[in-house]
Amino acid sequence: MSFRYIGRKSRTKEDPRFVTGHGRYVADVALPGMKHVALVASPYPSARIVSIDATAARAQPGVHYVLTGDEFCANTDPLLVGVDAPEVKRWALANGVARYAGEWVAAVVADSRALAEDAAELVEVEYEPLPYVIDPEAALAADAPRVHPAHGSNVLYHRKFVWGEVDAAFAAAENHIAFRAVWGRNATVPIETFGVAASWDPGMQLLDVWASIQMPKYPDQTARALRLPGNAVRVHFDVDVGGSYGVKRGIKHTALVGYLAKRLAMPVRLVEDRLENMRGGDMHGPDRFFDMQVAFDGDGTIRALKIRAVDDVGAYAGRSPLQLGKPVTAICGPYRIPAVEYEPISVMTHKTAQEAVRGFGQSPTNFAIERAIDRVARHLGMDRIALRRKNLIRADEFPYTIPSGSTYDSGDYHAVLDKALAAIDYPALVRERDAARAAGRLAGIGFATCLEPSGGNSAFEVLFNLKNDTTTWMDSCLVRVDLSGAITGVMNTSSSGQGHETLVATVVGEVLERDPATIRVVHADSLTALPSNSPVGSRMAIMLGGAAAGAARQIKEALLAIAAHNFECAVEDLEYADGDVRLKGAPEKKLSWTQLVTIAHRNIHKMPPGLEPGLQAKFVWEVPTGGGLPTPEGRIQIYPCYAFEAHVVYVEIDRDTGKPTIQRYLVGHDCGVMINPDIVHGMTYGGIAHGIGAALYEKFAYTEDGQLASGTFMDYLIPSAHEVPELKIVDHCTPSPLTTFGQKGSGEAGYLGGPAAIANAVNDALEPLGAAIDTLPMTAPAIWQCIAGARSEQKD
Amino acid sequence: MSEALYPITVEVNGVARTAQVHARLSLVDWLRDALRLTGTHVGCEHGVCGACSILLDGEAVRACLMYAVQADGHRITTVEGLAAPDGALSVLQDSFCETHGLQCGYCTSGLLIAAQALLEANPRPSDAQIRDAIGGNLCRCTGYQQVVEAVRLAAERLAGGDR
Repeated sequence: MSFRYIGRKSRTKEDPRFVTGHGRYVADVALPGMKHVALVASPYPSARIVSIDATAARAQPGVHYVLTGDEFCANTDPLLVGVDAPEVKRWALANGVARYAGEWVAAVVADSRALAEDAAELVEVEYEPLPYVIDPEAALAADAPRVHPAHGSNVLYHRKFVWGEVDAAFAAAENHIAFRAVWGRNATVPIETFGVAASWDPGMQLLDVWASIQMPKYPDQTARALRLPGNAVRVHFDVDVGGSYGVKRGIKHTALVGYLAKRLAMPVRLVEDRLENMRGGDMHGPDRFFDMQVAFDGDGTIRALKIRAVDDVGAYAGRSPLQLGKPVTAICGPYRIPAVEYEPISVMTHKTAQEAVRGFGQSPTNFAIERAIDRVARHLGMDRIALRRKNLIRADEFPYTIPSGSTYDSGDYHAVLDKALAAIDYPALVRERDAARAAGRLAGIGFATCLEPSGGNSAFEVLFNLKNDTTTWMDSCLVRVDLSGAITGVMNTSSSGQGHETLVATVVGEVLERDPATIRVVHADSLTALPSNSPVGSRMAIMLGGAAAGAARQIKEALLAIAAHNFECAVEDLEYADGDVRLKGAPEKKLSWTQLVTIAHRNIHKMPPGLEPGLQAKFVWEVPTGGGLPTPEGRIQIYPCYAFEAHVVYVEIDRDTGKPTIQRYLVGHDCGVMINPDIVHGMTYGGIAHGIGAALYEKFAYTEDGQLASGTFMDYLIPSAHEVPELKIVDHCTPSPLTTFGQKGSGEAGYLGGPAAIANAVNDALEPLGAAIDTLPMTAPAIWQCIAGARSEQKD
Repeated sequence: MSEALYPITVEVNGVARTAQVHARLSLVDWLRDALRLTGTHVGCEHGVCGACSILLDGEAVRACLMYAVQADGHRITTVEGLAAPDGALSVLQDSFCETHGLQCGYCTSGLLIAAQALLEANPRPSDAQIRDAIGGNLCRCTGYQQVVEAVRLAAERLAGGDR
């Protein structure tokens, strides 16, 4: 397929407003008379709230209200839980019991944020500390303190899936390995914290909401929590979101602010400060360990995999347990592994609640699988690339169905890996590493070959909760051509940097052969919006792109029908070019774009019967391959499209400090047809940087007494331009057969393989010492301890 | 909290602004809330992320670590002051658009300020010098790659006579 606009270098529609400081984020929304919220947080990881005395706080100048959990929980409904656990109830304010240090206990509303903070310090809360559990393995013990006693245990979800003849494969295989891989608790930590402003209109009986949001079904959940009809909540999706990458799910914040705005009949805004965000914003990502077992033959053929994954979701559950579910759709990675056992266990502890993070649990799983591949190679003394080449699914095997029931759409994994190795000059890289080693340095090369499932079909919901039968994950677009002939696309959620306006304009321009620079794209509000499931799960290139193309095609069909009617010919006799329509073989018979648009808007006497006047079209697109329910064994098609990435990383480690330095980074990437290469590359670079953080630096560490030890940017370390090296991408294109233009999703690229590749590079560097490390983040002190341990073993 | 107000006069983006401010009012809050210059963003409020960077007498500083009263008598440029008076993008801003050196845009104001300060002091920086200059600005979207490309491109264009 050749394209006029798709895949070409072109500037984005969004960038100019941001470089001039004219973005409009939630903190820029200033409503007349708006009040501000500050929060009182529990200092204890587990405590009964004996009493709250807000007398002094209420007496402060400028203070309008102090809300406590008693009032809030009595008047709102708890937030939805992604699995079947009705007793795990969560509100924005603790309901009699605080379940983690930092949990919000009361909210103060004042004329300014500063005054609200002053007053919050005067709220006196009496607590009765209760037993708590911080370690997830300890939380699994029968006698562990229970985070939600009414739930009966700390286990939110536990099932053992067996797909294929796993035990037979283990019995027959010549070799086995077993090890534990540990993924640290980190998150995407956008530079903008979460914020929400709300205003209640008593005349309209309508709650207006402006939020920094990226969440499926957010308006609906807000309305349910506030016991309002869905059409009494209007979420304004034209708010720029200052980064999200999964975590901007602030439904609890919205329920709180929405309640206050209605209760006080005043506009109210809450913008988290960094500490509120880090310890009480409920935005930590997966906190997971994997007990991995692999069965394989002496020639490197992998026969079966057993994965036990224990994930610590913290004190409450929204969609977090489902982050163990998405990996089912790529549970054997890009490899031909015929039998897999997967035992996901979701456990609660007295920590901040987990939320969706880029990849929705796939990156930790890829890390565990890729560590397994490298460990198999080390066990056999086999070259890691040769082992991968042997087990990677071959290009001629697509579509390829994996044991858990998902079918991979397309790919050429060997070609992408080869391209990456050629681009980095692999033989030279090996020489460089070996020379460094010969000079006494610790140096290693790491690989990761892994998948990015895309298309955001959340079928893990029905897999993990048999009471849930949601099989529809549509997205939509409205395209209209106005009387002047200008085109406007309407999308139905907010964006957080993904360039959706550019996406829609490019796709609509491609179909209608009109310059995307002239196409405006706006964000509807939730009452005027068509159905959407928000930009999650690397879905928008596929889903919004597909919907925009579908709507544009209908416009094109309408233009052709108008011309056919006026020329009294068949549509097949017409040619469409640049928006004008000509009769084939009679170029003088032409209706221009302007003439056609004018007929549609003004001349119903020139319109074909049955065609509605005006020129607009909506298209609602269901996820390709979506709509199914799981088999009794838990086999299901989850995501439709599978992008592939092959990372190659070169790391050196300072022997004396353990400090790792990434000296070279290259990724081969195949996400099918790219709509806008700069946007795809940008997200991939950012994903890698985020992966560097997860691999080496970032961790929400908790002390033994349940306190978050890394609640600021002084101790939760986000990679800067010093830690992130120059990054290189080599593109490859295997179109998806399932999508409009062959595109696959790409919003999670880089992050899905980065941590695995870096971990493998660090381990390659440690191999001459006989040492290995499988716990993220691999901080300098952790690597140093690993080196020191290996040295003392050698002495022994 | 002291109720005392202090008079300040600050040149902001070429315009003299006077105000009466509380001693504890941070500079970034004054710029954003009082002057409605909302292009300067708040990220961490403890001086690490750099999203609130502004030029103070030509030097990149963090507006969350200064009080408004401390800006009295100084000259400030915010991101809104980088473009030409007619709204035309500066070479640096245009270069960010050309390389797509941003995504969500939230940290971008601070990165532009850091890069502007760099290019004023060092018109032909090396990549390492660019990374040094933006090393105090955290970005979660870009991995810095296209940011470095933007600053490099801007330096080349400025050296070639673009204004």
